[in-house]
Amino acid sequence: MKRIVSLNINGKPVEDAIADNLLLIEYLRETRRLTGTKQGCDGGECGACTVLINGRPRLACITLASTCDGAKIETIEGQGEGGRLSALQRAFHENLGTQCGFCTPGMIMASEGLLRQNPDPDDAEIKAALGGNICRCTGYVKIIKSVRAAAQQSAGAA
Amino acid sequence: MSANLPEFNLVKPSSIAEALAAFRDQPHAKFCAGGTDLIPNMRHGLFEVETLIDLGQIVGFDAVTINGADIELGAGISLSKLVGRADIRERFPAIVKACEKVAGLSHREAATLGGNLCLETRCLYYNQSEWWRKSNDYCLKYQGDICHVAPRGNRCRAAFCGDLAPAFMVHRAEVELVSLNGARRLPLADLYVEDGAAHLALQPGEILASVHLPAARARSTYGKICQRGAIDFPQAGVAVSCRKEAGVLQFELAFTGTNSKPILLEYREPLGPKTDADSYFEALEKQVQKSVSPQRTTTTAPHYRRLAVAALAVRLARGLV
Ligand SMILES: Cc1cc2nc3c(=O)[nH]c(=O)nc-3n(C[C@H](O)[C@H](O)[C@H](O)COP(=O)(O)OP(=O)(O)OC[C@H]3O[C@@H](n4cnc5c(N)ncnc54)[C@H](O)[C@@H]3O)c2cc1C
Ligand code: FES
Ligand code: FES
Repeated sequence: MKRIVSLNINGKPVEDAIADNLLLIEYLRETRRLTGTKQGCDGGECGACTVLINGRPRLACITLASTCDGAKIETIEGQGEGGRLSALQRAFHENLGTQCGFCTPGMIMASEGLLRQNPDPDDAEIKAALGGNICRCTGYVKIIKSVRAAAQQSAGAA
Repeated sequence: MSANLPEFNLVKPSSIAEALAAFRDQPHAKFCAGGTDLIPNMRHGLFEVETLIDLGQIVGFDAVTINGADIELGAGISLSKLVGRADIRERFPAIVKACEKVAGLSHREAATLGGNLCLETRCLYYNQSEWWRKSNDYCLKYQGDICHVAPRGNRCRAAFCGDLAPAFMVHRAEVELVSLNGARRLPLADLYVEDGAAHLALQPGEILASVHLPAARARSTYGKICQRGAIDFPQAGVAVSCRKEAGVLQFELAFTGTNSKPILLEYREPLGPKTDADSYFEALEKQVQKSVSPQRTTTTAPHYRRLAVAALAVRLARGLV
């Protein structure tokens, strides 16, 4: 069955007829062509598909799109503004927090969720927030450094 | 149309009564709360349903109600919300410790208390893709004739691996179950049955509506043995509570990951000022080893898990003294 679902995706209101069994990741990637959100495993194990739903990090690969009716969804595509990278995107770039880049959208969205709740996290808090996000390239040290740098930069800018 | 999930209809009741009625109309339906266990299992083809009843839209399903000496937690409360409650952390430390050890943060945002307590059992031979299971002739839990873990036995040995059940058990929690026949309340331990293919005492269509905790405080803690620090089910998990009665200490312990149901051990030996602590804990360690029976449901050897869970239990119990 399909049903009409209202969503707000990266600030834009959208209304769509969505099949009951469609996963949010399938909807974002296939229907909306927002391919920044990645599918890295067969369900719930890697964090590559992390998006923000109503400001909190969630896994799009194990979320049914039609349960998100009325929700605000943010993906990596909505992070930069007017061609400028967000603080986290810049920090990942400058601190080599990204190598092949496959895990990066999920890492950045999970980090964005953390910094909104806790703008000055310590390393243990960063590790706890990113515990569900797997990276096969960087060894994590530079990812943690990137999140710390973004937090410091935002604190400096405020 | 999804490329990863079979077709089904989703029903979104806004009350428990509507959810029960939806099940009466579709008796082969399944309830879905946060979906963090159910959806991956569906993606692996572990079951198919015509109708999924989404418990996520039920109004007030995540409420916390304090009635004098009784604290009632709605089964729909998310694990993130539970972790964030200072009153639960203060009164029931093991519960919050266990919540913090479930999966990763993004799972815990969606995952619910009810879903964790009603978690499917797990096994090396079951939580696999369709082609893997088919090439192994399936198993007793799904379409097959034997349990690959204990081929000579006549039941499924899949292990219960939810982190929260032991923590709630050592705080003497009770669960409220509702069905079209009415409501009933049981000690949490009675929700479980030692059978990996049918480990819940829920009637078809019965919903775990809430969990009751007595206000009485007890010192408590939770620890788990796993291969990774996050997103890893317990190889074994232990909750311990400690109460002082008539000048002596008594421990209650509960275990997950070792059997098809969580195991409660009410250790009635008192630990007093004159007891020799070393021999007391040695005896406790032996008792724990006897109480659990890990099987070949994970890649870690059962014998190691039995020794490790007992050693962890003693370490945690000593920490509460
Ligand atoms: C990678 C990964 C790692 C994980 N690690 C852990 C871990 O370390 N520890 C752990 O405990 N869990 C773990 N989980 C499993 C899961 O995320 C949690 O157990 C979670 O709490 C399940 O809750 P849920 O609301 O998402 O349940 P759901 O997936 O919605 O449901 C689980 C089961 O419970 C039934 N159910 C749900 N609510 C009710 C109710 N109110 N009444 C009756 N039946 C109900 C459903 O029908 C289903 O059979 C992990 C999952 C993944 C994908
Ligand atoms: S793709 Fe969602 S967790 Fe791996
Ligand atoms: S940068 Fe390659 S997986 Fe993380």
